[in-house]
Amino acid sequence: MTFDLMIPGQLIGALLPDVVLMGGAMLLMLLAAWRRESDAWQRVVAVGALAVLAAAAAAVLWMMRLDADASIGVIAVDRFRWATDLLCIVGAGFAIALMSEQNPRARLVAGEAHVLVLLATAGMMIMAAARDLMILFLGIELMSIAVYVLVAMDRRRERSAEAGLKYFLLGAFSTAFLLYGVALIYGATGTTNLTEIGARIILYKLADHPMLLFGVAFLLIGFGFKVAAAPFHMWSPDVYEGAPTPVTAFMAAAVKAAAFAAFLRIWIEAFPMVVLRWFGPIWWIAALTMVVGNIVALSQKNVKRMLAYSSIAHSGYLLVAIASTTSMGSSAFLFYLLAYTLATFGAFAVVSVVSDGAERGTQLSDYEGLWQSRPWLAVGMTVFLLALLGFPVFGGMGFFAKWYLLQAAIASPAPLVTLSVILVLTSVVSAGYYLHLVRVMFMKERDGAAAAVPASGPLTRLVLITTAVLILVMGVAPERVATWSRLSAIGPAPSAISSLGADTPELMPPAVDPAARR
Amino acid sequence: MQPNAFEPLFYQFHFYLFSLIAIASAVLFVTRKSPVAAAMWLVNVMFCLAALYVLLDAQFVAAMQVLVYAGAIMVVFLFVVMLLNLGHPSELGADIRQGWGRLLAGFLALVMVAELFVLWRAPIRWQLTLPAAETASQPNATGGVIGAIAGPMFKEYLLAFELTSVLLLAAIIGAVVLGRKSGGADAR
Repeated sequence: MTFDLMIPGQLIGALLPDVVLMGGAMLLMLLAAWRRESDAWQRVVAVGALAVLAAAAAAVLWMMRLDADASIGVIAVDRFRWATDLLCIVGAGFAIALMSEQNPRARLVAGEAHVLVLLATAGMMIMAAARDLMILFLGIELMSIAVYVLVAMDRRRERSAEAGLKYFLLGAFSTAFLLYGVALIYGATGTTNLTEIGARIILYKLADHPMLLFGVAFLLIGFGFKVAAAPFHMWSPDVYEGAPTPVTAFMAAAVKAAAFAAFLRIWIEAFPMVVLRWFGPIWWIAALTMVVGNIVALSQKNVKRMLAYSSIAHSGYLLVAIASTTSMGSSAFLFYLLAYTLATFGAFAVVSVVSDGAERGTQLSDYEGLWQSRPWLAVGMTVFLLALLGFPVFGGMGFFAKWYLLQAAIASPAPLVTLSVILVLTSVVSAGYYLHLVRVMFMKERDGAAAAVPASGPLTRLVLITTAVLILVMGVAPERVATWSRLSAIGPAPSAISSLGADTPELMPPAVDPAARR
Repeated sequence: MQPNAFEPLFYQFHFYLFSLIAIASAVLFVTRKSPVAAAMWLVNVMFCLAALYVLLDAQFVAAMQVLVYAGAIMVVFLFVVMLLNLGHPSELGADIRQGWGRLLAGFLALVMVAELFVLWRAPIRWQLTLPAAETASQPNATGGVIGAIAGPMFKEYLLAFELTSVLLLAAIIGAVVLGRKSGGADAR
């Protein structure tokens, strides 16, 4: 069915999953304030939050079944949006499950934390839907403000408060860049609608307009901060280390997924012409991100910091998909995001079990001999690390994620050969720290004086089992998910490409990598 | 006012004047050591922005800018500064009642006296009504200055408006979660 976005009633219909989530979050806020705060009540709120997420997921699936479509308007109604929505909802569900068991251990009593996760997820879904820079900005802010608070939630602990402040200041700084970019793009094109921007750039030949180029540059910087790409990644290790572990997992997976999805949509729908001007910068950011993330991760002694750098490296891999600017690239992108979300949540679930509530016990030495004391935990962690590495069979779908990414990079109009080589080489480097942790877990003796690893709660165990099983099963049979991601992909509009080839031959994609030409 | 050759010049002069003051005040705002002095420079930035809005014929936005930002928000800001006892008089810098301060005050007084003379000589209409031709060009005819903002806000930009309210709700919840005394880490 097709929604006419000019009619308010149909606009709300097209936003059904978002409305369900936001309404649920508001009801839950009242529920959280209903009783005196206690661990038991916090758990009730968590169950309510999971129910709201399930309702939102059901709404998304229903929209998918309807095969909903919409006229050009402020929001997009397409399968790419539904796929991103599902990824974010799954991430939020895992985060709430982990948080409901981790918060009592950390002596945190704040039922509102679950409400904030829901609101952040609503922001992400708005980002995934936005086809207008104004709506996109509001989505980013809704997500960011909720996550700033979540990071600083354990504010009695110095690291958490510091992480919250750092994230808030740098986040505000990057938002200023983003907003300035939006303003300049509006100044150059006279509209904030992505489709319209794309059309006007072609119509008025604005691709080289300095105001537009500056606007796109600022937009790139703003998104670079949000996804922690290489020159703009400085904040992320400190913030990831200081935040409560479930929040770290939420940031590394869902926040990144939403920011990347919005980035991809802007890139493909608004700037198919300008992208060629920005091919070089994106290429370099991707290469730098992969190299910096993986090399620095090698020297980390803290597992949370190590995973933070690994997540920077994964931003680089995802940027390769964006650099390819094809629908094949965005399909590989979705597949990669799913594998990455599952593996990240699994790995951080193990970290949250091994560490105590106050985030002690995250050093590499705390993992020594985990195989002897908690064999299943060690096996699970190995699966997640191998999935992040992209190891065949034992790493499950992680291998296919990288495989599809490389395929898309090679098959793009400008084959990204050098970038693919960098991707493979840095993945080999990443084995250095992933396998080192595996070696520590299996081959070192556990220190007799070390505190026993506490038992994991039922919800944490559920998260661990679900993620591990899904990774392994989809590693054996990736076709279904691959088909799903192919159907959900978005690509540049054919009109943009044809006009590109017809009268502006100098704007054709470069035949080789910029690096190869140099 | 009648369209004449000087109108673009008038407009440009004031645009650059207020922009420069705004930028200078913003720079001073971030470089001051004392929070009170910084806050006062921020008020100055807000006022200059309000003037720019007036130049854009957005009088309502300008009034809101002064009322909400320069007024309410800055008062709260200064309250916080004073409650935390951050603004010691010694940090406020040199007393302005000496040297250059006096010269500047004298210069401003001269400008104001000159302005008075100009106004005295200027022809003033005895009736304070605008000619019909000018009111027609204003948006007054359809709902005033406020209608021109309220209409689009609740029609074309309804979604953005609603999202902003959710955003503010999230910010309020966040402030409560972080700011309250009980709960959080030491609830039990």
